[in-house]
Amino acid sequence: MTQQYQFSVNGKAVSVSLDNEATPLLDVLRNELGLMGTRFGCGLEQCGCCMVLIDGAPVKSCSREISTLAGKTITTVEGLGTPERPHPLQQAFLDEQAGQCGYCLAGILISAKALLEKNPSPTRKEIALALDGNICRCGSHNRIMRAVEKAATVMRGAKS
Amino acid sequence: MNAPALPGTLNDNPVLDRWVSFPAPGKVTVNTGRVELGQGVLTAMQQVATDELYVSMARVTVHSGDTVRAPNEGYTAGSQSIQTGAVAMRQACADVRALFLAQAAAIIGCKPDELSVRDGSILHNGASTGQDYWTLAGAIDLTAKATGSGARKAVADFTSIGQSSARLDLPPKIFGDAIFIHDMKLDGMVHARVVRQPNRGATIGTIDEAAIKRAAKGPVDLVRNGNFLAIVGSNETAVDLAGAAAVNHVAWQNVEAPTPLQQEAYWLLQRPTVDRVLGSPEPSDSQGRQRFEATFTRGFVAHASISPSCGLALFKDGQMTVWTHCQGVFPLRAALARTLKLEPSAIIVHHVQGSGCYGHNGADDAAADAAIIAMQKPGTPVRVRWRREEEFVYEPKSPSMVVKVRALLDDAGKPADWTQEIWSGNHNGRPGGGSSLLGEEALPGYTPPPPPNEVPEAAGGGATRNAEPLYDIPEKRIVHHKIVEQPVRVSALRGLGATANVFALECCIDELAERAGQDPVAYRLSITSDPRARAVIEKAAAMANWQPGPPNGGEGHGRGVAFARYKNKAAYCAVVVDLDVDEEIRLNNVWCATDGGLIVSPDGALNQLEGGIIQAASWVLKEQVRFDNDAPTGPSAFDWETYPVLKFSEVPEITIALLNTKDEVPLGIGEVAGGPVAAAIGNAVSHALGVRIRDLPLTRERIAATLLKE
Ligand code: FES
Ligand code: FES
Repeated sequence: MTQQYQFSVNGKAVSVSLDNEATPLLDVLRNELGLMGTRFGCGLEQCGCCMVLIDGAPVKSCSREISTLAGKTITTVEGLGTPERPHPLQQAFLDEQAGQCGYCLAGILISAKALLEKNPSPTRKEIALALDGNICRCGSHNRIMRAVEKAATVMRGAKS
Repeated sequence: MNAPALPGTLNDNPVLDRWVSFPAPGKVTVNTGRVELGQGVLTAMQQVATDELYVSMARVTVHSGDTVRAPNEGYTAGSQSIQTGAVAMRQACADVRALFLAQAAAIIGCKPDELSVRDGSILHNGASTGQDYWTLAGAIDLTAKATGSGARKAVADFTSIGQSSARLDLPPKIFGDAIFIHDMKLDGMVHARVVRQPNRGATIGTIDEAAIKRAAKGPVDLVRNGNFLAIVGSNETAVDLAGAAAVNHVAWQNVEAPTPLQQEAYWLLQRPTVDRVLGSPEPSDSQGRQRFEATFTRGFVAHASISPSCGLALFKDGQMTVWTHCQGVFPLRAALARTLKLEPSAIIVHHVQGSGCYGHNGADDAAADAAIIAMQKPGTPVRVRWRREEEFVYEPKSPSMVVKVRALLDDAGKPADWTQEIWSGNHNGRPGGGSSLLGEEALPGYTPPPPPNEVPEAAGGGATRNAEPLYDIPEKRIVHHKIVEQPVRVSALRGLGATANVFALECCIDELAERAGQDPVAYRLSITSDPRARAVIEKAAAMANWQPGPPNGGEGHGRGVAFARYKNKAAYCAVVVDLDVDEEIRLNNVWCATDGGLIVSPDGALNQLEGGIIQAASWVLKEQVRFDNDAPTGPSAFDWETYPVLKFSEVPEITIALLNTKDEVPLGIGEVAGGPVAAAIGNAVSHALGVRIRDLPLTRERIAATLLKE
């Protein structure tokens, strides 16, 4: 039976109608809302490619059913920033040229955002642990961690 | 008289408009047959064109990888893009520029060498002529062939080559654009999942169609051709659910699963082999010289791309169009022609970016799946995305290897005679080279092609890659035993046989140094006369602040060094690793010195090297595809828990130095670090533990078992 689901994505109210209440949020983002930045990697909550923020907390969207999302606030990589107004994390990833194939990056940016919100001055070790739920097969890890450190510095500077 | 050979891939694609065109005023398009695999190759080609055409970077658009416009450069693999692709692009651009200068000279009435180009405008003795590439383009025939006579820019004059250039492909990945093939949407597109034939020759027994459709919770159809079965529908979620459920609702006959015995490389020693010897015959006795012998192994390794493969296809009016993230659009077209029984001219293949592949993963097969389904649904675009489990189980694996080294030593304890004996499956199983696309095996009337040939020695060899030491050893040879029949499909993974060969060779060199009571760095230098090899070894040791002396081991902390020149003809690389071992290995630092000749983009090279180092560390510490559970589908590695890779908290600090050798020809660097990293870790672990482990991967279980034996 078709049902309406209402929630907010990147600051906009959205409403979608779906037959299957178990439809993963990832499929809704990609196939109903056309937001392709959140990637499919495993569908098993193992790789982090599909990471989004739900009410500020990092969640693997491949395994989050749409029926649990009524009224929630969702942020995807598209909600972080734009080439004209990049989020400090995005700017730092560009500056560090952090990434190779880049398939993992959207999910990693989201995990990093969640980390910096909780902990504005993470150590290298804390960054690594926060990103352990994200797999990068290309081996861009060190650049990514440097970029997160750099963004943290910039963001702290902007606040003080 | 034969025309002089043109550089790199220009030889096979001499027509200039395959490479360069001037589509609109102020714009240049260059085409490359190379494809972006996350290695930054498009940016490198943009830099090359910028320099050789004397235009600003912003004018240059790089078009890549389709069978319509791009030059046929075969596969983007083997670290060849810069070595043969960039030199071809350089010469093509130089020849084009020469044509324009000749034309302008004729109009102006001067000699071409009085003319120069500044950002596309033609200058006469430095003054504007009112002519530029775009005013002249109409009069110039770019269907002419390259002559190789256009003067290439002197290295000292490069403005773009040699500078780190921001990658063209990164911003869309950082801002979450729809840049990957997975993100493509075609009008009226349907989604599909394949119900995979468990093995070649397996046949469908029964299909519980009702159960599959129930699981979908939405409308789906089944499409079948022989033993090729797929689920198709417009709602991806429903297709995905049905695809996952179908594994349990389709019964197969003639299923053959690989056995645990086959997962260990030693299994290869009992198999029939095809043998050959490269080099001088092995002496029948040691003539009184000391003999050293050791055996090394490595299991099957997966590419484990972060994203499962994806392909799209549309069959319309007799024309098949395919979108793929494979490494070679022309070879895929040839293979598809065979699978689909179409003429190659009826097939167009476009490359679209996917996740990193590191060799021959499922990309070609996913494209073939889409095309096979599309043949049955003319006019409807079909998108196939493999499931995670499907990618792990069905991607071709890097074959397991056994490498035995036998050395005879001279009085000083240096190797005088070296035999490297290899047992391995084929490292080349690419489609078109004698292998089938996976889906083809399930189609009616399938006949297997003859087994593919191993990569020829001229291309660096496959199983034999880097089996010959670069060191000064008077007599050396390779004994190669090929094992054709394999329990799973095998094919190319980054570095091919070099990883296991360099691991074996460089661990042996370390053992020989130890026997001779010498420092491993000094021992290597004492048998190395190639100055570029010496330079990287010395540099890596200096970076690591290497303390000379025979390694004393057993305290849980170790350092190891290793060296290789990739394929013995590409880049040079030396690596020092520092690590701790308790129950498992903790990598602290990796120092790497690389000489890749002229580097187009230093930061791009560093990025490639860092990635290669981390990936190799992951192979060595963790990775083996095992067959030791009773998964009906084959390998028991089917997700990131059963096939773990290195995590953020496990990567070492990495410091890399690129040696300044910009007057040397560019040498591919993408795969150079794998072997040295594997061996340097092996050597460091042996120094940390005081015992040597010669079987990869160096897992916690293996370390525990080794220590128990001591
Ligand atoms: S796709 Fe969700 S964790 Fe991998
Ligand atoms: S950049 Fe390719 S997986 Fe991270």
